[in-house]
Amino acid sequence: MEFNFILSTIVFLPAVGAIIIALGRGLSPRGIKLAAALFTLLAFGLSLSAYFQFDSAPGGPLFQFREAASWLPSINSQYHLGVDGLSLPLVVLTTFLGIISVLISWKINLRPREYFAWLLLLETGILGVFTSLDLLLFFLFWEVELIPMYMLISIWGSGRKEYSATKFVVYTIFGSALMLVGMLALYASAGTFDIEALAGMNLATVHTVIPLAAIFFLIFMAFAIKLPVFPFHTWLPDAHTDAPTAVSVILAGVLLKMGGYGMIRISVTLFPTVAKEWAPLLVILAVGSVLYGAAVTLRQTDLKKLIAYSSVSHMGYVLLGIFALTQVSLTGAALQMVSHGVVTGLLFAMVGVVYDHSHLRDLSKLGGLARQMPVAAVVFSIAGMASLGLPGTSGFVAEFVTFVGSFTSKAFDGIQFYTILGVVGIAVTAGYILWMLQRTFYGPPQEKFAGVLDAGGVEKVAIFSFVVAIMLLGVYPAVVTGVLGAGIAPVVRLLGG
Amino acid sequence: MPNQIPWLILIIPFLSFVINALILRPFFPRQHKLAGYVTIGAIGIAFALSLWTLSAVTGSPEHKLDMESFSWLKIGNLNIEIGLLIDGLTSVMLVVVTLVSLMVQIYSQGYMHGDAGYIRYYSWMSLFTTFMLVLVTSNSLLFMYLGWEGVGLCSYLLIGFWFHGRPGAKPGDAVGLYAPANAAKKAFLVTRLGDVGFLLAILYLFSKTGTFNIEALGEAAAVKGGVLAGAAVTWAALGIFAGAAGKSAQFPLHVWLPDAMEGPTPVSALIHAATMVAAGVFLVARTMPIFMHSVEAATVVAIIGGFTAIFAASMGLVMNDIKRVIAYSTISQLGYMMVALGTGALAVAQGADAGKTQAALVGLAVTIGIFHLFNHAFFKALLFLGAGSVNHATGTFDMRLMGGLRKHLPWTSTTFLIAALSLAGIWPLAGFWSKDEILAQAWEHHRLVFFLALITVFMTAFYIFRVYFLTFGGKYRGGEAAAVHGPASIARPPSHSTVAERHEAARSHDVHPPTLHEAPGVMVAPMVVLSVLAVISGWFNLTGGFARLLGEEEAGHGIVSGLFGIFAHPLPWISLVLAGGGIFLAYAMYSKKWVSAEAVGRAFKPLYALFSHKYWLDEAYERGVVSLGLIGGFFRGLAFFDSKGVDGAVNGAAQGTAGAGRLLRRAQSGQLQLYGMAIVVGIIAVIVGVFIFGA
Repeated sequence: MEFNFILSTIVFLPAVGAIIIALGRGLSPRGIKLAAALFTLLAFGLSLSAYFQFDSAPGGPLFQFREAASWLPSINSQYHLGVDGLSLPLVVLTTFLGIISVLISWKINLRPREYFAWLLLLETGILGVFTSLDLLLFFLFWEVELIPMYMLISIWGSGRKEYSATKFVVYTIFGSALMLVGMLALYASAGTFDIEALAGMNLATVHTVIPLAAIFFLIFMAFAIKLPVFPFHTWLPDAHTDAPTAVSVILAGVLLKMGGYGMIRISVTLFPTVAKEWAPLLVILAVGSVLYGAAVTLRQTDLKKLIAYSSVSHMGYVLLGIFALTQVSLTGAALQMVSHGVVTGLLFAMVGVVYDHSHLRDLSKLGGLARQMPVAAVVFSIAGMASLGLPGTSGFVAEFVTFVGSFTSKAFDGIQFYTILGVVGIAVTAGYILWMLQRTFYGPPQEKFAGVLDAGGVEKVAIFSFVVAIMLLGVYPAVVTGVLGAGIAPVVRLLGG
Repeated sequence: MPNQIPWLILIIPFLSFVINALILRPFFPRQHKLAGYVTIGAIGIAFALSLWTLSAVTGSPEHKLDMESFSWLKIGNLNIEIGLLIDGLTSVMLVVVTLVSLMVQIYSQGYMHGDAGYIRYYSWMSLFTTFMLVLVTSNSLLFMYLGWEGVGLCSYLLIGFWFHGRPGAKPGDAVGLYAPANAAKKAFLVTRLGDVGFLLAILYLFSKTGTFNIEALGEAAAVKGGVLAGAAVTWAALGIFAGAAGKSAQFPLHVWLPDAMEGPTPVSALIHAATMVAAGVFLVARTMPIFMHSVEAATVVAIIGGFTAIFAASMGLVMNDIKRVIAYSTISQLGYMMVALGTGALAVAQGADAGKTQAALVGLAVTIGIFHLFNHAFFKALLFLGAGSVNHATGTFDMRLMGGLRKHLPWTSTTFLIAALSLAGIWPLAGFWSKDEILAQAWEHHRLVFFLALITVFMTAFYIFRVYFLTFGGKYRGGEAAAVHGPASIARPPSHSTVAERHEAARSHDVHPPTLHEAPGVMVAPMVVLSVLAVISGWFNLTGGFARLLGEEEAGHGIVSGLFGIFAHPLPWISLVLAGGGIFLAYAMYSKKWVSAEAVGRAFKPLYALFSHKYWLDEAYERGVVSLGLIGGFFRGLAFFDSKGVDGAVNGAAQGTAGAGRLLRRAQSGQLQLYGMAIVVGIIAVIVGVFIFGA
């Protein structure tokens, strides 16, 4: 390949945009927005081109578009980037949500320079996590994302925004600290931070400074908080609810996926024996998250909080798919990450549309809005149907593949029982989704909404893009499953099955 | 590739949906007639192609067309193919679905005329027809599930069609404003409960056999001592039946269908009478190779069907809303179909016909049930269209406000009478033939179910003729206007108005008392076509042609001997006497009033209360399970636990840490970053971890 820095370009384009916006004193608010749109669009275009160049044929190279440069030779840590079939779709998802989040922030008029700079920097942090092949670099990017998040929530948020932002940061740092200790322990044992090298050596045979399972859980904790897994989820409803719309979209769309991605890339790939041993406990936690998340969601009366809690439930399916430990279930988990990214991204975008136009998020005060907002009603309903797993949408494909994988898994006896409980969760999901749609759009039209307008130009571009993605993945999932499969297959080989 | 023509049957109605939803709705006036024409044209073509398919299947040696499949999704050992299974069963369903849909779409032009959601209505109707056709043509359970959930979605959208409230519902009318949206949600959720069972059965069957293909699953079930032997086939069948019971509104999941009457009446005719609710019956028939290997599952199907038949009929006896009576009738008749399939499966499972081929056994088990589905689709759709026509004229569905419509609505009353006679099972109309065969089969294989079904014959005849006499007999009691102003001021709007306009007019005192009009031609014509079918559709099996199409190798006989030879058996006499008795009782109570209905109601007061309150099951479900048990109690507890327990612990820990941090900071009189603090916590966790996992 003649152009060898495509990944670095994708990762740092938003950061360059952020710097230009931050320093470009002459830019008008409109200019800032256009610049942000331009840089995120370029990143999206480049990542799409990488996606189409990716070679997912069996036996092809695992990591592609690799870049390696000496970084910290004293501790054998490299600037090492690369993507495989697992991370590339997440990179595309991130850049897709990147441009969308700029579009749905079009009406931001409070300190737009800083807002868009932080938003773009956030994108770089997330992209770095998905492309790093060196644990230290991975950790660095994992931390980079924190500062923009803190700023975006605490300045442009609503409600108890400082509380929520601080809570998010404390939670994440708590996890990060454990992860750093785990990574250092790994380095002390194996002498490298390189993910490929670590995956290549059988860690079960390496003498480790602390027990392997302890390293596994130290690192896993960070991912479990991020995903999130019950009972480490309570930062999520607060952060989501109080964040500005675009940040909620990014948060639900890709930030949570860093947790699921980390579990596959690091927890399962580097510690296959530990993963197998602890699968029963983790699958129980997964099903617990699914049912508990769904049950608590049913009681929410704030539109945004409702969607936020539903993420806890839906991420439970990711955990279930990962620790059922089969090719199909892991692919299902990865699909669920991508699908949830667009579906919940759209749900939050729609909450934003409803709130921007009606200034309400309280389900007991909403109602009858379909008359004023027919387009919003249709799009919100499509997102809801995808969330409850209706065939023809991405949500169904992801959940169904996960269920097939975990139902046919031989990871441990009784996994079928937990899968059944997981399937029951979809009935509860239908309950809260339909209730939410009814309370927002149906019932008699209300006088107080008489002047409310439907979704407008830029909003329509953003939300229709989501709809296209949801339908495409639902009707023709092979656009992504081939690539995902190429990334999952080596992981399954490490598991010995 | 003429064999690939059935794909077009799916694609053309879908194109109609695309044109309606993406072109007409955004760029044309909301009530543009074109939407109806596009839909009718598309479904007309689909109907013609379905007739072609039926004749092609009839003409092919194994009653089956060779269809191509293609791979949809391939992950590891999971390879999902999409393809069509076009055999006798499917081709019959194709004709039923497209024919009834065509009639209903034509009728809707009149019924929905002037409704603000005219294009939206035809969009959903096209989409519904597409999904229904996917459901009946699919060769795999997974692709069928797409159609299955798709029709459920369209049902949801069409039940809740008037989601801002019933047409003309006034502010403050809590029922009228919220009932459609509530009914839609209820329908979706109750059927989804059953769908969980269906989905689990699909997963279970896949885990055992590695396939979703219906024919392959049937072959796997037939292997003695194979992967599906023993309890496996029973569990799989029961899971499938859970889905079927939800869709076909069988006890205890029947509660959604009466409420679904909130949708426009043509929707009730198509979705909630002729096609979608019959999908559960179709599913059981389609997976009959699985059911017929389990005596237990077959017995469950038969008993649930028989119980549902009599249970729903009992509630139909006392309802005052014409659509609700017909809805309970639908549930009851679907119960009959389940009885037919259950006892058919029992016949095979008990080895009554050993030595036949698999196809012949399946044909034997499903013919009667599908035959009843076929006949029922026509006369029940006709009953609903008749109810719609009555509503079009009177503005109400309350039979207490009707009466005397025979004079004013001659076409409607005549076609309604034909449908009622067919439903009651009067020789030689369609309903008689299939109902008689169901009773005969039940007598042979399950006596209890037979008696449940036999009593239901009497009840059916009674409730449908109660409807007939209350609606069309006697004197007119004023319609909607009477409900609004009391019987004193009977105001009638012109009958060609929209539902909304009628309600508007009914509220206005300025309207002159008009005369009751018969419905326009576009509404009458489909009713006439269906009334012909309600008479003759039962004759298709006189020579055994219907049975042969479905695979059964029945000895044929001539039409005349078929038509009259039936009376050589005692059973038809018994059922005719019972049906005649039911009709006579209705005549005595509601036409001649020799017996006062109120007096009967008082005499059987506890029973009357039980029936008219629908056995209090809706209340029990809603208050008991949903409000108190789940949302009010358990889920509320969890939500409280989440905000106070889990989050409280976290906040407590945070405060504790912060407190410790303050202490440390004082001790060291330096800045302790949050970061460093967390690292301390991390190291503590490491030490704890070492203790837990051992060194």
